[in-house]
Amino acid sequence: MEKFQTLTSTFVPLPIENVDTDQIIPARFLKATTREGFGDNLFADWRYDKAGNKISTFVLNNPTYSGAVLVAGKNFGSGSSREHAAWAVAGYGFKVVVSSFFADIFKGNALNNGVLPVVVSEGFLANLFAEVTADASTTVTVDLQAQTITDNKSGKTESFQINSYKRNCLLNGFDDIDYLLSNKDKIEAWEAKA
Amino acid sequence: MGKTLFDKIWDAHVVTAVEDGPTQLYIDRHYCHEVTSPQAFDGLRNRGLKVFRPEKTTLSPDHNIPTLNQDQPIADPVSKFQVDTLTRNAQEFDLTLYGLGHEKNGIIHVIGPENGLTQPGMTIVCGDSHTSTHGAFGAIAFGIGTSEVEMVLASQCILQPRPKTMRINFEGKLQKDVTAKDLALYMISQLTTGGATGYFVEYAGEAIRNLSMEERMTVCNLSIEMGARGGMIAPDQTTFDYVAGREFAPKAAAWDKALAYWKTLKSDADAKFDREITFNAADIQPMITYGTNPGMGMAINGTIPTVKSVDAASRISYENSLKYMGFSAGEKIEGKAIDYVFLGSCTNGRIEDFRQFAAAVKGKKKANDIIVWLVPGSWAVEKQIKAEGIDKILIEAGFELRQPGCSACLAMNEDKVPAGKYAVSTSNRNFEGRQGPGARTLLASPLVAAAAAVTGKITDPRSL
Repeated sequence: MEKFQTLTSTFVPLPIENVDTDQIIPARFLKATTREGFGDNLFADWRYDKAGNKISTFVLNNPTYSGAVLVAGKNFGSGSSREHAAWAVAGYGFKVVVSSFFADIFKGNALNNGVLPVVVSEGFLANLFAEVTADASTTVTVDLQAQTITDNKSGKTESFQINSYKRNCLLNGFDDIDYLLSNKDKIEAWEAKA
Repeated sequence: MGKTLFDKIWDAHVVTAVEDGPTQLYIDRHYCHEVTSPQAFDGLRNRGLKVFRPEKTTLSPDHNIPTLNQDQPIADPVSKFQVDTLTRNAQEFDLTLYGLGHEKNGIIHVIGPENGLTQPGMTIVCGDSHTSTHGAFGAIAFGIGTSEVEMVLASQCILQPRPKTMRINFEGKLQKDVTAKDLALYMISQLTTGGATGYFVEYAGEAIRNLSMEERMTVCNLSIEMGARGGMIAPDQTTFDYVAGREFAPKAAAWDKALAYWKTLKSDADAKFDREITFNAADIQPMITYGTNPGMGMAINGTIPTVKSVDAASRISYENSLKYMGFSAGEKIEGKAIDYVFLGSCTNGRIEDFRQFAAAVKGKKKANDIIVWLVPGSWAVEKQIKAEGIDKILIEAGFELRQPGCSACLAMNEDKVPAGKYAVSTSNRNFEGRQGPGARTLLASPLVAAAAAVTGKITDPRSL
């Protein structure tokens, strides 16, 4: 997994609540047997019409907005456990998703793929949407070591939560399987006792 | 302080805990389907690993499979490749597969309980959010991502932060023609789709105790639709009677030992939950959803909430949702014409669902101009439908039975509802495009589905 330390970037606003995993990556795109290529179909039904043409009103098709940060409305990633949603977000090029609330499974899947979910207050989120609408060059800075996100327009900073184990994994690019297998003796001890 | 049911099972499965981090939890049962597993098996191959405990993983293709002519090769080459990949992985890693054409094939959350693989006190995971279904047996069961599927295959363990606990009580009795599905849709409409995020839920109270095992599975299945990590119900005689005698259930002395343990699996009287909610079961009416998430539900004879009644910040999302559905705030939807009916899925694809549907349509005829998909959750359900003569009642009323699979619940196969069409569906999600691009889904119980199937309209089943 790629390391994540700090990132300063413009961001793409998606001020919609309850964005579910069927919107992030519709089920018909789940037939692949590798992790690659999902970014092309991120938000497919909002991004392309039936004929496959870009829908110009959707934010990913609006050249005004770009960046490695997606800023989305409350309860992002609800629904299915499909990790394909995290692969699509990562595959498109987003390194960070900012929202005021995330669904649990999506949050875990994102972290397992080097995408950092950052929970901010409703006020902070509303401010980001307002600022980027007025000026698309607005940036945020995410510092994982310090666990902070800064709105570089207003200068406001908020702290965000992440458990220190996961933070360490992301900072160093470690994954969980190495850790789990390093405890093989403990797993066998548990089995012997059960 | 006493322990909750959740605490007892969780604590019994802790292998070790990471300081200020997640718990390494041992997993007793792992279910796998074709969609969320191929990349996990690739991961094992890349690392040169074997499956750590192959006897604890069971595979069944369900998401991608057609519901007609399953004896023929799958027509869609991409679906076929994914299903074949599951078969190859089962062979390479020496895992039990109930493949297409096997008498035990079916939706993974239907066949696990059917075969006694799901038991009280277990930890159960699957790369599928509706794994919460198995909590009905008093198990900790939850959906995981593909990276986590790989972890379980590699180590029979998973790293999980400990969730908070919530108890939801349903006091009193459900009214006639109000089903477990209505109970769940009512609860989600009250709590919203994010209302239980971060929590593991225990369902309790008289109305829950009175549910059959299949009804309990319906309720636990929908836990994820309010964001819960999972939902569970303390095992009792109903549970033990269901499990007893099934193929993989403990037998003889092992059964007695298991039963003695299972009887301890209930929340202590002084156990504390992080949150506790109580509903009155008698308040619940037959439900239907009108929007694009499962929290947008109401009594079937009710009216869609006005825009004003919605939080200011949520109004744009709310209006977009109604626009997608072709509905207006403040209107009734009872009596509106529909185009499709789907009975099936891991939520409502079991024998009791087919019995209810058949009893409601018996002696009536399918409405003209609507398409009805009746899809059993497994081949065992299909066999039981035929054994009980339910298929004859259905055929008599103008319906036909399809072959088992996830089908139109997520429309990965050909069973897609066309854009703009309305489907009354017993499945679990009404998200935009869930049942096909542009499809409009109305979630409801098998009874509401039956009423729609014979009238062609959204109909209160109590009026039939």
